[in-house]
Amino acid sequence: MTMLPEASAIKLGLVIDLDICVGCQACVVNCKEWNTAGYGAPLADSDAYGEAPSGAWLNRVHAYEAGDGADSRTVHFPKSCLHCEEAPCVTVCPTGASFKRAEDGIVLVNEDWCIGCGLCAWSCPYGARELDPAEGVMKKCTLCVDRIYNDNLPEEDRVPACVRTCPTNARHFGDLGDPNSEVSLMVAARDGIDLMPEQGTRPVNKYLPPRPRRAADETPVSLVAMAEADTPKGFWKWVDSTLDRLG
Amino acid sequence: MTVQPKVDTTPHVSDEVRQTTCYMCACRCGINVHMRDGKIRYIEGNRDHPVNQGVLCAKGSAGIMQHYSPARLRAPLRRVGPRGSGQFEEISWDEALQTATDWLAPIRKSDPRKLAFFTGRDQSQALTGWWAQQFGTPNFAAHGGFCSVNMAAGGIYTLGGAFWEFGSPDWDLTELFILFGVAEDHDSNPIKIGLGKLKTRGARVISVNPVQTGYAAISDDWYGVTPGTDGLLILSLVRELMRAGKIDIDYLSRYTNAPWLVIRNPGKANDGLFLRDDDGTPLVLDRTTGKTAPHSDASVKVALQGEVKVKGGGIAVPAFTLMAEAYLTDDYAPETVAPKVGITAERIRQLAADLAKAAFEKEVVIEQPWTDWKGERHDRMVGRPVSMHAMRGISAHSNGFQTCRALHMLQLLLGSVEAPGGFRFKPPYPKPPHVHPKPAGRPDQVAPETPLAGAPLGYVLGPEDLIIGDDGSPQRIDKAYSWDAPMSAHGMMHMVISNAVAGDPYPVDVLFMYMANMAWNSSMNTRGVMEMLTETDPETGEYKIPKLIYSDAYSSEMVAYADLVLPDTTYLERHDAISLLDRPICEADAVADAIRWPVVEPDRDVRCFQSVLLDLGAGLGLPGMVDEDGSAKYEDYGDYIVNHERKPGIGPLAGFRGANGGAEGRGEPNSDQLDAYIANGAFWQAEIPAEARYFKPANAAYQQFAVEMGFYDSPQPYAFQIYVEVLQKFRLAAEGHGDQQPPEHLRERVKTCFTPLPCWYPPFEGSAVDDEAYPLHALTQRPMAMYHSWGSQNAWLRQIHGHNPMFISQVLAAEHDLADGDWIWVTSHHGRIRVPVAVMAGVNDRTIWTWNAIGKRKGAWQLDPEAPEAKKGFLLNHLIHELLPPKGDGMRWSNSDPITGQAAWFDLRVQIEKAAVDEPAESWPQFDTLPRMNGQGAPEATLRYGIEWTSQGADNKNGGDKS
Repeated sequence: MTMLPEASAIKLGLVIDLDICVGCQACVVNCKEWNTAGYGAPLADSDAYGEAPSGAWLNRVHAYEAGDGADSRTVHFPKSCLHCEEAPCVTVCPTGASFKRAEDGIVLVNEDWCIGCGLCAWSCPYGARELDPAEGVMKKCTLCVDRIYNDNLPEEDRVPACVRTCPTNARHFGDLGDPNSEVSLMVAARDGIDLMPEQGTRPVNKYLPPRPRRAADETPVSLVAMAEADTPKGFWKWVDSTLDRLG
Repeated sequence: MTVQPKVDTTPHVSDEVRQTTCYMCACRCGINVHMRDGKIRYIEGNRDHPVNQGVLCAKGSAGIMQHYSPARLRAPLRRVGPRGSGQFEEISWDEALQTATDWLAPIRKSDPRKLAFFTGRDQSQALTGWWAQQFGTPNFAAHGGFCSVNMAAGGIYTLGGAFWEFGSPDWDLTELFILFGVAEDHDSNPIKIGLGKLKTRGARVISVNPVQTGYAAISDDWYGVTPGTDGLLILSLVRELMRAGKIDIDYLSRYTNAPWLVIRNPGKANDGLFLRDDDGTPLVLDRTTGKTAPHSDASVKVALQGEVKVKGGGIAVPAFTLMAEAYLTDDYAPETVAPKVGITAERIRQLAADLAKAAFEKEVVIEQPWTDWKGERHDRMVGRPVSMHAMRGISAHSNGFQTCRALHMLQLLLGSVEAPGGFRFKPPYPKPPHVHPKPAGRPDQVAPETPLAGAPLGYVLGPEDLIIGDDGSPQRIDKAYSWDAPMSAHGMMHMVISNAVAGDPYPVDVLFMYMANMAWNSSMNTRGVMEMLTETDPETGEYKIPKLIYSDAYSSEMVAYADLVLPDTTYLERHDAISLLDRPICEADAVADAIRWPVVEPDRDVRCFQSVLLDLGAGLGLPGMVDEDGSAKYEDYGDYIVNHERKPGIGPLAGFRGANGGAEGRGEPNSDQLDAYIANGAFWQAEIPAEARYFKPANAAYQQFAVEMGFYDSPQPYAFQIYVEVLQKFRLAAEGHGDQQPPEHLRERVKTCFTPLPCWYPPFEGSAVDDEAYPLHALTQRPMAMYHSWGSQNAWLRQIHGHNPMFISQVLAAEHDLADGDWIWVTSHHGRIRVPVAVMAGVNDRTIWTWNAIGKRKGAWQLDPEAPEAKKGFLLNHLIHELLPPKGDGMRWSNSDPITGQAAWFDLRVQIEKAAVDEPAESWPQFDTLPRMNGQGAPEATLRYGIEWTSQGADNKNGGDKS
């Protein structure tokens, strides 16, 4: 049994805008290419050119449809570790390999201690951990802990790779422990949600829900009425009066 | 309390960052390639780059796997087994070049047309087209003809510029954005960046697409139209907006040819042509004087109705009058079109109302004075914030050209082209058709050992510009610019192989192709094409296409059919010019171009195709490629990029020209030019002056800027062409006027389809087959994480799209008792395929669809023959024929748009039935497994990319395979 640290003041995490995500997978692949040579073991791919290619990924985007036929809508749902405040993956770890950083709340795996038992993946209600097929250790989102403090990168690039690369600006990184941070304000303004709050995990990452599909604003202009009433004769009258007005 | 281990939060990232241009799709984003120990550590977007502004998509981020792909070729190959067997021997470059020269030199001496040189996803057409011209063959084109030439030509002839990546919505100001059809790949990141901006500030996004995927998923409204009916929907919107007076009369009068006078003289040779003065200037009617005046006269108050008598017979009326006659009819009433479009009349009206509201109640103003080409000063720039985008979705139909034109007409009626908040061109556009070259290739323009009299591709302005013989017969192997497809501005690559094998209009001796997977996903009728490529003349035993040279970086399906394979480098190993002479990367506010350069040296015996082409050209002694002493003029493609001049001062790159590198647009070659680009992040850009940023066709400041930059040599202001006179010229010919006459069997088609105002007619395949037998539509969409066949062998991307189910609607699933994972037979007039299905909600009830270019032939691309791409993946191409069903007239009718020759992929009609339970769960058809053509063994099973830089790397310095 591994203990969680005292709750940190700084809670680094992601805010993901489901209203904007088009499901392009940019974050998924850019995460892979950064992290395969980053923290811990490479993100291996087994049977890479074979019948059942399967690799370790720290971030995946799922697509769901809601509703039927013309009323349906598609939601793209990016999913990675949510760096929970009550992280069950940490407390379940038999070796102490799974831990939550006291200074910023990032949940990591100390791969030297990981025995690949998979208990943490089993305990995670989000399915956000994947066992590396080559190394046999547990892989998970590190929030790019090797980027966000990295003096070897320009300051503007010290954000997770997924945030840096997102083409639609649907991913945001910041301190959700600070109610005045940009990400916290965004969550407040858009009624950001916890994923599966009933699990009691208190995830740090938040999702901004898709906005309801807007019907065209109020009843639009007088187009319908005019279209019904006008005749070509009326049309030319309108054209002429418009030209007159233009002078 | 757990002991918290120390984490290295500041690891070394890379030894060096090399900036170049991505090639993982057509978008051409700027990338930062992080190098470590001579290998690629990481690729990210270049924040300063005009195209992607720092972001990078899934494809670009998977560039490492593309570069280190086991499918790469490693040396030139010569075929040793029967064609198609995939049996090769590796040869030296000297031998390869000598072989190619030996095949090409005699052709150039006798009949240069016997070389058909077609390139696929080529980003160097300024070079490849010029090479064909210098060789002397008219038989050149790239893949535009089977991609989106309708969009390109519809745009050029109507607006003087197209959507594609040649223009863009005014993302910062638009209030309503409508996306028609699939457009996920042109252009990829800029549209995503733009959508993000729109959604963030709450602007409205509407999707018109039979399938609700990709960008449609985040739209505020979705119109799941019946494929091929977009034009009908648009013309209905046009009717509604005109009837309601929700069109911009001022804009139409000033910037379009709506007021130009059109002659009405039925049956006569001038019917439907513009009334012109003695100088040839089109005339308008002045409402104050009642007299005609040149349209260029700023003092005229134009009339939009009325008529004048024409000397010699007939009358002339403003084009706008013809528009009112054409569109204010019940033929386009929402109630009339609703059943065909598959959208209720009420919803069509709602869409019209949305457009009207955004355009006329949310007017945007930029406080920027400007002067138009007639000399009138405007205090500010006023715009209507409605923008639209479309690509292959509306383009790949036999009515696509007119549909694209209809869409542009809709934009113009709303006053939203080149106005703030609307659609904006990117330099060097706008550039109307008469400013483009005309195509060369008529019999008098082709001669042995002589360059073609002009570029093989261009824009025709009437029947007199067609590439036909005195008897009206096609002169190009693809029959482009013939009466089959008079305005085929991008050629018709999808017809080349079929025509060459049929010897129609003539056989070829050498087929030379680059980056075009014609033996698989880039052809209609794939099985047929594979058979054609191996078909022999029964008398001589020789292949009907006697010699086939192919260049590719990967062991694609097409490699198996080559006699000689010239292995290309990856995009990270090569020079390239993203040139203003070709497909530029400009933005609406800036002119820009870019380079690629070898950020990694090749580790095998491969060469940049463009360098090889220049070497071949030198070996053949092609003018412009050799010095006076006959030696090669250019050392390689990089040397050409710097020193080649298309005309004095104009070269492939516009930046850093002149002796000191300070000239932009025009200037002497600069020997340090490439270094200057590299130092600048591999691109160059110059901002368009604020006064020149909108209303470019009419904007005097922009016209001046365009001349300074070398886009053209004198100002070329023009009016948008809602009424296209060029089309009417073809129609007049079909009515019997003029010397150039279409063959009898095409007369009616030209009369019907070439209307000078946009029209809609039903897609040809749908009209040729029985509705009841083939009640469904079938089409493909391009996934955002994949760029045709290159992507689906990529170790990372194939984990995202490893196979492609056939998506069907819930309604069809219920009708046919189908659930996810079931197998169905899909049948068209041409063929059958067996495929797995997936049920989805967001698709037109009568449309089925799948992802494009995921399916692979067993053994190709170094994938395991058991790979899901081969066993479950499939091509829709097997159902689509390059010819329409026979009409019983003995003619070969191309499955293309009759105006541009655009391949009509999306006209496909099918039926489905559930596969029997005892049938194998494998897609059909299957073909013989290809051998490993690149001479390499099976790739390592487990990838651990980057291991040498991780903590694990200390134990296993060499990285690589652990299995």
